[in-house]
Amino acid sequence: MTNDELKIKISESFPSSTFEEGTEWITMLIDSTTWKDVALELSNSLLFDFLFCVTCVDWKTHLTMVYHLRSTTQKHIVVVKAKLDRENPRIATVSDIWRTAEFHEREAYDLFGVQFIGHPDLRRLFLTDDYEGFPLRKDFEDPVNMIKL
Amino acid sequence: MDVKDNIQNKADFPGQVHQTPGGGVLISKLDEVINWARANSLWPLVFGTSCCAIEMMSTASAKYDWSRFGFEVARATPRQADVIIIAGTIVNKMAPVLKRLYDQMPDPKYVIAMGACATSGGPFFYNTYSVVKGADHVIPVDVYIAGCPPRPEALIHALIALQNKIKAGGNIDKIHIEKQ
Repeated sequence: MTNDELKIKISESFPSSTFEEGTEWITMLIDSTTWKDVALELSNSLLFDFLFCVTCVDWKTHLTMVYHLRSTTQKHIVVVKAKLDRENPRIATVSDIWRTAEFHEREAYDLFGVQFIGHPDLRRLFLTDDYEGFPLRKDFEDPVNMIKL
Repeated sequence: MDVKDNIQNKADFPGQVHQTPGGGVLISKLDEVINWARANSLWPLVFGTSCCAIEMMSTASAKYDWSRFGFEVARATPRQADVIIIAGTIVNKMAPVLKRLYDQMPDPKYVIAMGACATSGGPFFYNTYSVVKGADHVIPVDVYIAGCPPRPEALIHALIALQNKIKAGGNIDKIHIEKQ
C-alpha cells in the first residue's frame, strides 16, 4: 500500500485524526487518551503487526510519545505521535497488543518517567532500582557526574 | 629491532649462558629472570565493553598478531590472566564488575586503559549521568593509550611499554593498594 492509499484508509478509520505534512512516513497526531483504541484498530484492521520503535521526546513544555509501526505482510509503515503532560505523563500501555512494547515502555519509564497504565511490570530497565530522577529529561540535573554547560 | 633478531640474539635476556661440556651454566639475578619471564608471557583477560574491543580483536588476529610478543593466550577468566586491557567505556553499572574481575586476578597483575573512554570517560559522553570518568577511578592503571579508538599498533606499543616496565623491575609492591 502506498502512503496516499494508507492515508485514505486511516482517515476512514479515524475521521478526527490529523497528519503531519512533509514526512517520509505517514505521521498521525493523536490525543493520548485515544491511543489504546487507535492501537487496537491499527493492529486489527490495518494489519500493523510489528511495533519497531517506541520512543519519547522531551520538548520542555510537554513530552511526546512516538510509536513506529510496520506491517510485515502489507509492508506499510505508520508513525503515531501523542502529546503528554510533562508533570504527569500517563498513557495506556500497548504491551498486550505488541509484546515488544513491554521492554520499550519500561525503557521510556526508566529514562523519562512516563507512566504506562496497565503495564504488567513497570520498573526500571537500565538503571538501578534505587536511582533517583529520569536522566533523559531536559531538566535533569546530576551535580556529581555532570558539568552544567 | 626485528622480533626474529631478538630471539636469535637473546637481546633482552637478563643473564649469560656459558656453554660448558654437558650443558650450559646460567649466570644471572633471579629477580631479573623472573621479571623477564613474566614480561614475555603476559596473558590478557578478555574484557571489552565497546568499540575498542573490536580493535583489540584485530590486534589478536592474524594481521597484527600480538602472539609475537607473548600475549598469546587471551583468557576468559580472571583467575588465569596477568593483564586486564580495559577496552571500552566503563559505566557506573559496569564499575563493580570491573572491580570484582580485578580483585579476582592473581598477583602480579597489570592494567592497561585502552582509548579515551577508559582513560578519561571518553571524547563524547564524558558529561553524562552514567559514565565513569576514567577506569582509574575504579582500579589502578599501569599504561594509558590515547586514541579513539587506538589503532592495533598503539595497543601493541602499550603492551611493549608494559613489558619494559615489568623488565625494569616493576614488582608487585610498586602498585600499592590500601586494603582497608
